[in-house]
Amino acid sequence: MSNDPIHQFHTNNTVDAQVAELPAAWGVGNLAFNDAALFMLAGTALTAGFFYWAMKPAALVPGRAQVVAETGYNFIHGMVRDAAGDEGVKRFFPFVFTLFLWIFAANMLGMFPYFFTPTSHIIVTATMALMVFLTVIVVGLAKNGLKFFKLFVPSGVPIYILPFVVFIEIISFFSRPLSHAVRLWANVLAGHLVLKVFAGFVPMMAAAGFVGLFGSLLPLTMTVALYALEFLVAFLQAYVFALLTCIYLNDALHPGHH
Amino acid sequence: MDAEAAKLIGAGIAAIGMGGAGIGVGIIFGNFLQGALRNPSEAPKQFGNLIFGFAVTEALGIFSLLIALLLLFVF
Repeated sequence: MSNDPIHQFHTNNTVDAQVAELPAAWGVGNLAFNDAALFMLAGTALTAGFFYWAMKPAALVPGRAQVVAETGYNFIHGMVRDAAGDEGVKRFFPFVFTLFLWIFAANMLGMFPYFFTPTSHIIVTATMALMVFLTVIVVGLAKNGLKFFKLFVPSGVPIYILPFVVFIEIISFFSRPLSHAVRLWANVLAGHLVLKVFAGFVPMMAAAGFVGLFGSLLPLTMTVALYALEFLVAFLQAYVFALLTCIYLNDALHPGHH
Repeated sequence: MDAEAAKLIGAGIAAIGMGGAGIGVGIIFGNFLQGALRNPSEAPKQFGNLIFGFAVTEALGIFSLLIALLLLFVF
């Protein structure tokens, strides 16, 4: 059913090759190479391939492709330095840069009609958010030891409301991976749903006769405008995901500095 | 009440939440413009903060839109 806006989120629309059978007791179906796997690999291969190809000359005076690659590198480099300091750059820049590029590539690939968008599935975004969350805990404890728990005790708070503040800080710390994952997922999912819903209005109106044919130009224009907005969202959410990652990792390096 | 009707009404109520996000995003950009016009030379440095505040606020509106769309098309 092409008018169903949910259909685009199925993981096996075009490719569905079974790889191995899993025990039925696991209740997860069979292991298959499907759209989800294909487009995640495509996003990885595109970014890796582009950076390999663009940076291969490594010229002192860069060509066009090398300028694009270096601009992206400097953009994220500056963001990590502003949010997590020089130590953050030293430890986490490759991680943050990889996250940003992968989410950006996945979002942009998903903008092609009929293409699958990996980031529209919460399992993908939740995996990345949990990876960041666990990194914060492990690095924070390994680097600061028990001082890491200063994160939950802000300085300069009057003693009589301190227990309450600590309680809120702990809740906010543990709800981070949830909001981190859901922000990217919901933005991409809702964006693609809205696009399909508005696109569905076009044939619906055009079927209503001669006047409807001209009237259908309205939702068509709206769809084009929304498409432009979705390109902005695709970049913005990748940027915000990387920025939040930096802010969270900064807590692991400098607890009690916020 | 018919279950289908209740679903549609629920989706409509869920979409009200987007109004709050609209107010929030308006406040963010309005205040940014106010600050930027007072001190234009400092404005580009705050662009990251602007986009961050916009995305965090807008996400909440998207959450309610998501609930509305899920009610309409999934349930």
